[in-house]
Amino acid sequence: MFPELNNLLNTTPPGVEQGKLTLLCDAKTDGSFLVHHFLSFYLKANCKVCFVALVQSFSHYNIVGQKLGVSLTMARERGQLVFLEGLKSSVDVFFQAQEEPHPLQFLREASAGNLEPLYQFVREALKPVDNEEATWKCPVLLVDDLSVLLSLGLGAVAVLDFIHYCRATVCQELKGNVVALVHDSGDAEDEENDILLNGLSHQSHLILRAEGLATGFCKDVHGQLRILWRRPLKPTAQRDRSLTYQYKIQDKSVSFFAKGMSPAVL
Amino acid sequence: MKVETSRFSVFILPSLSLDSVEWEGRGLLKALIKKSALRGEQVHVLGCEVSEEEFREGFDSCVNSRLIYYDLFRDPLSWSKTGEAFPEGPLGVLRAICRRADPGPATIALDSLSWLLLHLPCTAVCQTLHALSHQNSYPGLNPVPHMLGDSSPVKQVHVLGLLHEELHGPGLVGVLSSLTQTETSWFSILPDFSLDLQEGPPLESQHHPDPHTSLVDPTTHLTFNLHLSKEEREAKDSLILPFQFSSEKQQVLLRPAPGQATSHIFYEPDAYDDLDQEDPDDDLDI
Repeated sequence: MFPELNNLLNTTPPGVEQGKLTLLCDAKTDGSFLVHHFLSFYLKANCKVCFVALVQSFSHYNIVGQKLGVSLTMARERGQLVFLEGLKSSVDVFFQAQEEPHPLQFLREASAGNLEPLYQFVREALKPVDNEEATWKCPVLLVDDLSVLLSLGLGAVAVLDFIHYCRATVCQELKGNVVALVHDSGDAEDEENDILLNGLSHQSHLILRAEGLATGFCKDVHGQLRILWRRPLKPTAQRDRSLTYQYKIQDKSVSFFAKGMSPAVL
Repeated sequence: MKVETSRFSVFILPSLSLDSVEWEGRGLLKALIKKSALRGEQVHVLGCEVSEEEFREGFDSCVNSRLIYYDLFRDPLSWSKTGEAFPEGPLGVLRAICRRADPGPATIALDSLSWLLLHLPCTAVCQTLHALSHQNSYPGLNPVPHMLGDSSPVKQVHVLGLLHEELHGPGLVGVLSSLTQTETSWFSILPDFSLDLQEGPPLESQHHPDPHTSLVDPTTHLTFNLHLSKEEREAKDSLILPFQFSSEKQQVLLRPAPGQATSHIFYEPDAYDDLDQEDPDDDLDI
């Protein structure tokens, strides 16, 4: 996890909030550093994490995780991490018996599918087990990323329904958190992606949006991060606060600074 | 017997923008629900987007006692296999609300209309909404009073819908607007969901500057001087730049003014020099 991002978000692993949907989105840049942040953050916070990883392999996340101080292999072995490796298990859909529902069953269906098997997988992974020895703080679902599901042929409404059920189960019932990454197609006029992004934005408690700089690529400033807090649970709490920072990604950390205050230009 | 027309209002959430403080429409919906409940109306909420617990938060017991929440949030598509709570679907729930026994005025709140439009055919939703607002025309319900000498009163129904504008195309938003009475008003919502309607736009901007992005003058607390005094400014303005070649400068360079100290070069030629007194630039026309 990146300590500077924790400061901006005003969170620490011991004091993790519950029942929240966090939306990560990126436009004209790669926002995956946010996924690595939240993965290591929740593992360090002693939460049970179900990671639906559709974009990269397990070893990729493991290598980055080790730089950030967590070992995914060990977390998986002790039962803290349930990892669905989309790249590997999507091939299993075609080679396993049809009676057993596979989380990525929709890949096999000719007509527009839904994500109910994936939801059931998440539910099974995160539901509290009675005879489990270690007690985890709260369940967390992490998805990288949802735009890939649109590319695989699902409709925006199907993905919204999946997140709806995850919110109802993970956030509401199990008092856990959901974090999901969606890419913003920007000028590409992808209607389905826009519906997905806008629909999720309305449901989110926290939106982190990584954008490339409007002026183009820069060696010392990799992009801009906008943070928007929404839907405070208490009506009297401060409503809808937003902050903007620029950032630079280094080997093991990300540094944040106010706009125009990069150390390179001061 | 008085017949009152029902009203159907749709509240359109402004487009989501991360540039300004984003405004959530549910607060306005809850404020209007509170207003209806305090008038003594029963409020039926079709809840698709948030849990009942979260929706009821912020309401006092008086409002909560008049609020009936139809929970379509927990299991709208029957994935949990625990038995269908609403087998007839959301539109069936709305029709059942109309058939309810008590005759008093009522408010139906749709949270949200966008959810219904994404999951159900638009025509079915619009027809149901139209029927809700015009109950005497809905077949099978509330027979027109004068026909059978029936003295059952026409139920007054006020329908509120929360719509996330950017999820739908302009055509659909236009269709919904035609079903409603549009009213533009300025308002503010207080923390206890009381609605405060105002005459016109606020005189001062309500936007409070965020301390993190407040403008800091970077020229304060510097160890060097960035400002010019009047004399310095005048001297700077009157300075002729070295590569600006005006005719005066040309004359000054080529023909030194009389009385101006000229410089001399003292040169001792050695044995191998070939001194030519002719000026090699004579043929140039300057």
